Amino acid sequence: MDIKPILAALRHHKGGTALIALQIALTLAIVCNALFIIQQRLDRVGRPSGVQESDLFVIQNDWAQKLAPAEADARMRADLQTLRQLGSVQDASASNSFPLHGAGWDNFVRMSPDQVKMTTDSAIFFADEHTLATLGTRLAAGRNFRADEIGSQTGNDPLHARQVIISDGLARTLFPHGSALGKTIYTSNDQSPSTVIGITGTLQSHLTELWAQPYAYNAVLVPARLTGDSTFYLVRARPGQLVDAMRQAQDALYAQSRMRIIPADGGVMTFAQARQRAYDADYGMAILMGIISAVLLVITAAGIVGLTSFWVGQRRKQIGVRRALGARQRDILGYFLTENLLITLGGLLLGVVLAVALNLWLVIRLGSQPMSPLYLAGGVLLLLLLGQGAVLAPALKASRVPPVEATRSV
Amino acid sequence: MFAYYFQLGLRSLRRNPLLTALMVMAIGFGVAASMITYSVFRATANNPIPQKSDQLYAVQIANWKPQDLEGELRPALTYTDAMAFIRAHKARRQTALYPIAPSVIPADAHRLPITADSYAWYGDAFAMFDIPFLYGGAWSQAQDDAHASVAVIGRELNDKLFNGIDSVGKTINLDGHDYRITGVIDDWDPQPLYFDPVNTGGFGDPIDLFIPFTRAIDLQMPTAGNNNCNTDPGNGWDNWLRSECIWIEYWAELPTTADADAYKRYLTGYAAEQQRAGRFKWAPNVALRDVTDWLDFNKVVPPESKISLLVSLGFLLICLVNTIGLLLAKFMRRAPEIGVRRALGASRREVYMQFLIEAATVGLAGGVLGLVLTGLGMLSVGWVFDEQIARLATLDVSLVTLTVVVAVAATVMAAFYPTWRAAQVQPAWQLKSN
Repeated sequence: MDIKPILAALRHHKGGTALIALQIALTLAIVCNALFIIQQRLDRVGRPSGVQESDLFVIQNDWAQKLAPAEADARMRADLQTLRQLGSVQDASASNSFPLHGAGWDNFVRMSPDQVKMTTDSAIFFADEHTLATLGTRLAAGRNFRADEIGSQTGNDPLHARQVIISDGLARTLFPHGSALGKTIYTSNDQSPSTVIGITGTLQSHLTELWAQPYAYNAVLVPARLTGDSTFYLVRARPGQLVDAMRQAQDALYAQSRMRIIPADGGVMTFAQARQRAYDADYGMAILMGIISAVLLVITAAGIVGLTSFWVGQRRKQIGVRRALGARQRDILGYFLTENLLITLGGLLLGVVLAVALNLWLVIRLGSQPMSPLYLAGGVLLLLLLGQGAVLAPALKASRVPPVEATRSV
Repeated sequence: MFAYYFQLGLRSLRRNPLLTALMVMAIGFGVAASMITYSVFRATANNPIPQKSDQLYAVQIANWKPQDLEGELRPALTYTDAMAFIRAHKARRQTALYPIAPSVIPADAHRLPITADSYAWYGDAFAMFDIPFLYGGAWSQAQDDAHASVAVIGRELNDKLFNGIDSVGKTINLDGHDYRITGVIDDWDPQPLYFDPVNTGGFGDPIDLFIPFTRAIDLQMPTAGNNNCNTDPGNGWDNWLRSECIWIEYWAELPTTADADAYKRYLTGYAAEQQRAGRFKWAPNVALRDVTDWLDFNKVVPPESKISLLVSLGFLLICLVNTIGLLLAKFMRRAPEIGVRRALGASRREVYMQFLIEAATVGLAGGVLGLVLTGLGMLSVGWVFDEQIARLATLDVSLVTLTVVVAVAATVMAAFYPTWRAAQVQPAWQLKSN
């Protein structure tokens, strides 16, 4: 199809042409970035935790009195004993935090005692010989803690773990070449070394914020109970007995002692709920961006339909003349499709610039990731199809204008 | 004339129902998305104490070596520095503060203990932060100095424990220790929680319970918030207090800028003194930030809020471009009618008036739809944002007004170009061909 007459005709509709092009440009900019944000958020949400999440739940236990460290330790051991004896419970363990919890304890990890800058940052999970079984996290190398290795400490004491188990993410960061097993690392501000006795499979940190992305799979398991005002009990129910176990566990703890607080809101939470909580904002952003993109595409398409219909109405006579002079229906159809293609391409050219600019702004001001060119390509294709799809109905209508129209009311 | 044009506008809305529906929907959706995200942004970027935000200052001082700071001052202080500032007493009012997590043990043994969102701080804080009292008042400076076992509780906790009666003088048991209540706070729920964005993230439930900082230290109550150490504090409570671990926030009330300047000189002098004494091996590095600056520094407005507002405004812009196009089509379709009106003596001004009022009618309809959608959207803000933030986003009178004003103003602005085109219609051309 010869595009010269189309370009000449467009010159008579500068306003409308510019408006459609501008709308397509802005739509591309927003939709590309929105899709990219959705994909990023869903990527985060889809990350594995390394925990067997079904049948796992978490109890937040606050002591109602100030307990001496030895007393708190004794109560924690008694509580764990009680939990493990329940018929519906497979295993239980105490910790200061757990994967995806958000809050917790993270330390800089160093390779030598006099190193000024950290090598990396890692979650510190207090653990015992039951922790890995409770989480359902496998041990990839080395050995688990033994019962006689488990000590206790308060939050104000520095970590003095002579032996630690680390996640494979941390192992690979610290020792990219060769195994971390048996090696020495420094997990605290003091000068005492910790020997790596075991390496887990994938295990996620409690940190879920964007800044902590590079550290998301770093975890150090410390063989101790952390005594303080509160603790978490991680409990694995026997398969299919999650609901029973959750109720029985809480009752059993209160039967043991009433001088504790298990918060009514979120005090007993399945791991699935903890996961939901961790990623609420991500799901929310994905939903919001999805809704905005969808409505935007509909509105842009509707705008194209509206303006093109108007043009068709305006040009009925010209179309009639062309038909009378021998143009076939598909020539008319082709004319409007090509016209739309030209306008869309012009808009997309501007849109690519705007999309990149918007992404840059998000990167600089809000610390987002740079957008992959794939999203631009996808967005361009989407809008080309959208434009052609939207123009199809008015163009078909135009192609059905009878040649006799040429003779009317001139 | 206005009423007549308005009627014409209404009639015209009915003439091309599809085109009209499109425009009204575009404006409605665009305005609603912008208003919903704006209401969240407005809540998170709120100044929680406008009457005093430029008189209250958070204090920062570099007590870590520059490598450990990673370019920015930390938002918390050591116990050592906070106590030095309290003793110096250089501000009109001042307080050190940190969150604690005591258990409230009910007098009735059948009831289970409960937790309360609590802070340890100084008696000055109540007046500093303009906290209203329902009964009684703050504890005195003498009680701070005496490490007294006193407490101020929130209205909700007072309702729970004392059924809402005046509980001043009664005792409350925290972790097995009795405290005498000196005051009950009336409704007080500043959001963001500017006095401690570090540990709250800026948003949370109202604080229910306060006890003297000095008493909390005596009882070795650890912080329920962040504690950051760059060196080994050593074992035990006393070593922790003496350490370079940072976990306390410090506020000073400085009514004039001259006071603030003087306070900053004092801080610099203090840091220089620490440098001379050998504790700081670096040049003094201190900061005073007022409330808005402090909230900004702590990045209280979540990036999600900014991104969604930006994207929604972009969405509204597209809806407006769309409306320009559709109005153009709608107006130009009536070129013959315009031609007749012009030929019968209507001036360009009259044509402008008629079409702008017609556009305003479309905008009004879009605004009403936008209002409905905004109302629906408000119910589902909790899906997208943290519930503590979602509860702050409300559809109040100002937002309703803004929704309608934005819808009408934006549509009228969008109508300028199509109206200009309509007014350019040459009467002769139109009359000739029909």
